[in-house]
Amino acid sequence: MKYVLLLVETEEFARDLATLSPAERDRTYQRVVDWMATNAGKIRGGGELAPPETATTVRLDHGEPVILDGPFVDGKEVVSGYLKIEVDDLDEALRMVRTWPGSPVVEIRPLV
Amino acid sequence: MTVTDAAHDRLASVVRQHAGQLAVALMRVTGDFATAEDLVQDAVLAALRHWPQEGIPDRPDAWLFTVARRRALDEFVRADNYRAKLAQLQRLGYGDQAAEPAVSAEPAEDERLRLIFTCCHPALPRQAQVALTLRVVCGLTTSQIAHAFFVHETAIAQRITRAKRKIADAGIPYRVPDDDELAPRLTEVLTVIYLLFNEGYLATTGSPASHDLTDDAEWLASLLHQLMPTEPEVAGLLALIRLHRARADARFGPGGALVLLPDQDRSLWDRDAIADAIRLLTRAARQQRPGPYQLQAAIVACHAETERWEDTDWEQIVLLYDMLLHLAPSPVTRLHRAIAVRYAVGSQAALAELDELGGVLGEYHLYHASRAELLRDLGHPDEACAADRRALKLTANPAEQAVLRQRLTWG
Repeated sequence: MKYVLLLVETEEFARDLATLSPAERDRTYQRVVDWMATNAGKIRGGGELAPPETATTVRLDHGEPVILDGPFVDGKEVVSGYLKIEVDDLDEALRMVRTWPGSPVVEIRPLV
Repeated sequence: MTVTDAAHDRLASVVRQHAGQLAVALMRVTGDFATAEDLVQDAVLAALRHWPQEGIPDRPDAWLFTVARRRALDEFVRADNYRAKLAQLQRLGYGDQAAEPAVSAEPAEDERLRLIFTCCHPALPRQAQVALTLRVVCGLTTSQIAHAFFVHETAIAQRITRAKRKIADAGIPYRVPDDDELAPRLTEVLTVIYLLFNEGYLATTGSPASHDLTDDAEWLASLLHQLMPTEPEVAGLLALIRLHRARADARFGPGGALVLLPDQDRSLWDRDAIADAIRLLTRAARQQRPGPYQLQAAIVACHAETERWEDTDWEQIVLLYDMLLHLAPSPVTRLHRAIAVRYAVGSQAALAELDELGGVLGEYHLYHASRAELLRDLGHPDEACAADRRALKLTANPAEQAVLRQRLTWG
């Protein structure tokens, strides 16, 4: 089955990351790189998103399209990236996610 | 118990004995959890319609399977991939002409374990886990579940439908988790069984037709113990349930009034059942892998072993609570520990511990009821009454309300 992992960041996580020393930050990135390498066989794509303040939202449900500055959901938890994976079932997806070092929250959504 | 009660219980127990096996067999044929689950429910409903009049058949498993198979064939005729499914049915010898239903042939025990782990998958909401387990593993009907939980039938049906859709769409697998995930997943299953037990235990003796959930909980725990004999927490939960049930007859006085532990007639306790449960617990403890259920069972065993309330070994109980809190910190457990402290040390010490819990347990009726007892002990009757009144406002359980009202009148 194919799933998309929505990688979610929290304000606290962003703050913690900002206070890390360069060496510690490198180590954090290295952990993500290692995780990607370990799970390379199951990853089918993905990417990191620019921060929410770069987002533009378009509403199409009220006649003329309305263009708005900012993300669709304005909150303390923001989607900061996504990964497309292909695994046998939800348990395998859960096992992968359990060791994900890159963000404090992950939403697993099956692809139809 | 009246004759109808006995007949009702026998019916429920026969259905329970075979529902899970039927689900496992159907799962093998259809490969689809939702379909198998529906077919089990249909067969159970048919049994509950026919058996009270016709009597329970000699081979209830064969009877149930025949009904399910007929229904499955009907379904398949309508399905798009009719030919493929029919071929599958024939190949497995489950075709319409098959003389011997294979349902009881050799459904390996561990397949029921798969069923249980799928129903209790952590990606499903707790209430759906409970409803699914009751329907698929214990063969309860939607209406029986609704009655047991005082919820509308459509709400239960919706929960089941949503859960089954999620199992299919989210790819929740039908299997026993691997060793590295087994511990947390088993905890999930034990939580469901414990919740069922509590729900049934706290319900006051209901109407004759109401389903006894403590029966289902004990049955599930014993099935799980049989399937996973080396898991000490499974044995611990089974022992805990049995220790409570062995003393159930003393919990209600004439007229259905709740009798609290100090006032219970201990000659009504089932000494053999208590001894058996303690043996089970001792065997589990030998593995030296303590857990919350074993410790809770050990605490209950302390009470169950004691002939007279006055002889209760409160120091030992406080010690067990300390171990339990170390493994599973919880404010409710701290409350129970404080009650033990009252008898081991004194009311003043217990009240001091309770006061620390006011913030988190302010909405919990037993917190206020316990406080009331301590305040009364320490000579503050007015504050005690206020606490009892607060407790009364916070509980919806009629038996508990009765106890509190009595205390407010006579306290």
